[in-house]
Amino acid sequence: MLKEGQIRIPSGCAIAAIIDRKGGLINGSEIIKSISLMHDRSNGLGGGFAAYGIYPEHKDEYAFHIFFENKEAHQKCEEFLFKHFNIDVAERIPTKKVASISNGPDIWRYFGRVNRVRMKNSRLDEGEYVVQCVTKINAAYDGAYIFSSGKNMGCFKAVGYPEDVGEFYMLDQYNAYLWTAHGRFPTNTPGWWGGAHPFNILDWSIVHNGEISSYDANRRYIEQFGYKCTMQTDTEVITYLFDHLIRHHGLPANVAADVLTAPEWDEIDRMDKEKKEYFTNLRAIYSGALVNGPFSVILGSNKGLLAINDRLKLRSLTAATKGDRAYFASEESAIRIICPDPEKVWSVSGADPVFVPLETPEKEDD
Amino acid sequence: MVNYIPRRFTVVRDRELCIDCGCCVRQCSNECHYFSDDGKTALVKSDNCVACHRCVDLCPTGALRIEKYICDYRDNANWTPQYQQEICRQAETGGVLLSGMGTPKPYPIYWDKILLNASQVTNPSIDPLREPMEIRTILGRKPEKITVEKKGKSTVEMPPQVIIETPIMFSAMSFGSISLNAQKSLAMAAKSLGTLFNTGEGGLHPDLADYTDCAIVQVASGRFGVHKDYLNNSRFVEIKIGQGAKPGIGGHLPGEKVNVEVSNARMIPEGSDAISPAPHHDIYSIEDLRQLIWSIKQATDNKKPVSVKIAAVHNVAAIASGCARAGADIIAIDGFRGGTGAAPTRIRDNVGIPIELALAAADQRLRDEGIRSRISLVAAGSFRCSADIVKAIALGADACYCASAPLIAMGCHMCQTCNTGKCNWGIATQRPELTKRLNPDIMHERVENLINAWNHEIKEIMGGMGINSIDSLRGNRLMLRGLGLSEKELEILGIKHAGE
Amino acid sequence: MKIVYAKEELCLNCRLCEVYCKTAHSKTKDVLKANKYENPAPVSRITVYGDKMLSAAVNCRHCDNPKCVQACITGAMTKDRKTGVVSVNEDKCIGCMTCLAVCPFGCIKTGKFAVKCDLCQGEDEPACVKNCPNRALVYVDLGGAR
Repeated sequence: MLKEGQIRIPSGCAIAAIIDRKGGLINGSEIIKSISLMHDRSNGLGGGFAAYGIYPEHKDEYAFHIFFENKEAHQKCEEFLFKHFNIDVAERIPTKKVASISNGPDIWRYFGRVNRVRMKNSRLDEGEYVVQCVTKINAAYDGAYIFSSGKNMGCFKAVGYPEDVGEFYMLDQYNAYLWTAHGRFPTNTPGWWGGAHPFNILDWSIVHNGEISSYDANRRYIEQFGYKCTMQTDTEVITYLFDHLIRHHGLPANVAADVLTAPEWDEIDRMDKEKKEYFTNLRAIYSGALVNGPFSVILGSNKGLLAINDRLKLRSLTAATKGDRAYFASEESAIRIICPDPEKVWSVSGADPVFVPLETPEKEDD
Repeated sequence: MVNYIPRRFTVVRDRELCIDCGCCVRQCSNECHYFSDDGKTALVKSDNCVACHRCVDLCPTGALRIEKYICDYRDNANWTPQYQQEICRQAETGGVLLSGMGTPKPYPIYWDKILLNASQVTNPSIDPLREPMEIRTILGRKPEKITVEKKGKSTVEMPPQVIIETPIMFSAMSFGSISLNAQKSLAMAAKSLGTLFNTGEGGLHPDLADYTDCAIVQVASGRFGVHKDYLNNSRFVEIKIGQGAKPGIGGHLPGEKVNVEVSNARMIPEGSDAISPAPHHDIYSIEDLRQLIWSIKQATDNKKPVSVKIAAVHNVAAIASGCARAGADIIAIDGFRGGTGAAPTRIRDNVGIPIELALAAADQRLRDEGIRSRISLVAAGSFRCSADIVKAIALGADACYCASAPLIAMGCHMCQTCNTGKCNWGIATQRPELTKRLNPDIMHERVENLINAWNHEIKEIMGGMGINSIDSLRGNRLMLRGLGLSEKELEILGIKHAGE
Repeated sequence: MKIVYAKEELCLNCRLCEVYCKTAHSKTKDVLKANKYENPAPVSRITVYGDKMLSAAVNCRHCDNPKCVQACITGAMTKDRKTGVVSVNEDKCIGCMTCLAVCPFGCIKTGKFAVKCDLCQGEDEPACVKNCPNRALVYVDLGGAR
């Protein structure tokens, strides 16, 4: 059977997220509790989490989480990493034996900074340099797969139900100001660890529920700009779209969200002149980045959280707030189990992306 | 004179049904019907019949039938009757064989070997009756990125854009090659449909002054009718480099078609042959094209996008890329099955490549160069139904040019004798007794109905795919699967085989 | 009132209006029988004059002050006050054809009695208008500009 990257795999899913706007820390057990309530929305073929603020002691270093399928891949990948980065720490990610999770790869993490000499020679800015190194390993190093490459954040994913994945990685040992979680129901896959969500590049992580019908239009759009959609999943392409719009085009996250879920022409035609011009230009320039079909997406970053829903509201996504915290989940019950008395609960609408900025964003260093 | 060529068709008149009303006699410009001397009995003489069906369609009692004239030759798979007949015709005339409309040869039609996708279970199909289904298309050069002051306020300076409400536009057909009534019907339909018609290289007749906001004006190698007002009375300007039916060949409108109206619109003397040279004599290379594009932009104060129309030839992808880099905002590619008012038969049937392959190659090339999203790509060259259009858009076209289909809606029966100027349906002729047969008040409605029907079908197909905006169909090749195609064909089309 | 108005610039000279007028005013209302077999043959109330370059169908104008009505010696030819339609009462008509002689448009035809356009009373649209393939005949109210 073909795995992600060899064939396009659409999938349905459950997603959940929690953010503390003031940067207060939340224990991993909470997000596990939330996502595990939606057990039936996944089928045991993938689960994962993204956590922000978990590596304060290494906050200025890139944290690479890597799956190795064999010794040779491990060795070759390390060679590459040590050449292109100044690695401070190389260690196995601690895991616990869980009955339902087996046959996994060797899972390592590395903390390090870019090799400035090589970066300068490559004439790339730092973000682009890191992205290209990650892309290179994932595309060309068979058996090695970098599934997390941000700073002071990390993704944890595996083949299994999300609650088992959380236990496997012992996420109750981590505290983060922003958690996202995902339970996967792929419609055609043998279940590959790299294929689980969240999907990550630099500080961006994405969990996604749905199957986008615009996939190939989006893929062929984004591949114009040097991206290679090696995974052939919706999540990958959405991540790249955000990365391109935000990092290359310098758009604010909420403008990038408008690109992906632009309002319908009917609606645009009724807007005032300024907004009409804004959306018409957006749709004219970024027609290839419009995402179509049912989806709900939560984009995590060190600047905050963005939740978007498809234009026709074909997928469920509920939001709630209480105090400094905002909660998101595919089902309202998954919010109420960890926050029984929210102040405000609403269904995220297609035309109105929800952006929850972190009010004390981590200092960026380039 | 004996001409060694049997006739093509036999007109059969059923005497039991014929009421001798003489409608056929008065309608056939090829004089296939006539009255007996007493004026009471209608008779037939099939020699000149082209199977245009004018008599058949108007006969009130259905008394007429057209049959292929069967006259067997000794079997020969190589020397087919057609080649023998063409040799005889050339032996008689010593001339280049001419034909009208697109090639009838049985080359592969890839549209018929590509199948579309639909949603099942994992992704809901969308009901176009319930949900908005968007087919609005925006043509023109796009900036690399938007710049915003904040969410909701754009600060980017947009080059001129052309919004059309359907991805279907009417391809270039000049006044001269078709009648003013035919062109006016297309203009009226374009206006009401929110799309565009194309003047071809025939200038803009003053009667069409009300339709300049839905006109594409063409600048071709003959520069007929081109002046500053002509360029500015348009939505966009198209430089015609080539035509799918006759790549590398110019045009020739015989003097007898250049009546006073045509002569005025084209700005040439009445009765003189209108000859469009094979190349533009000021474009001998890509840098010359750039100069012409910029001249047109100057003449139009940078308010009109400039399109470059090229024929689909072997190196089409590289040529398209060159045009984009020379400043073309829109690139139109015309496949070799595209129609024509008159083309040398040998050129029409042997030069160029199919639009499917040309479009796929050009779209991919522009993407490989990272410039596909900056310009618009228009496909032309025989779209027979809405599914062809959907497939073209999924291969990568922004919009499609259609000409033969609207002509058929107006009565064309593909008799392929446009070049004779005796079109019984009043389309490809300038004879007043024939052109008046085409009433724009009727024909614009028929063309509108056709395109509206196609729009509905496109929306229906998109809904089935779970797509509610044509933006998400464009270049979405995963929605296509090939059937019975070779690895190489699939590779060029960039699609998978059915079942994969 | 509405009358049949011919646009000569659109007339194809196909004369299908005549065929369908005959059919509409036949016993059988069947195009084949009416035009081939009925005896007496129905008479077309509309006639196309001209040739392929220029032609036009002509039929009764239903004049405001019809000469045919004034000239009728039996009172068979009348103009309906309400509808404005000029028609022949076959019970009264003796076939003297005075009407034919005075009609300035030549729109009275001869049959057993005087025969003329009745605008296909009872139908939405006269048969000639309905069947004109090029909309060269229109059924319109031209007001004073008849």
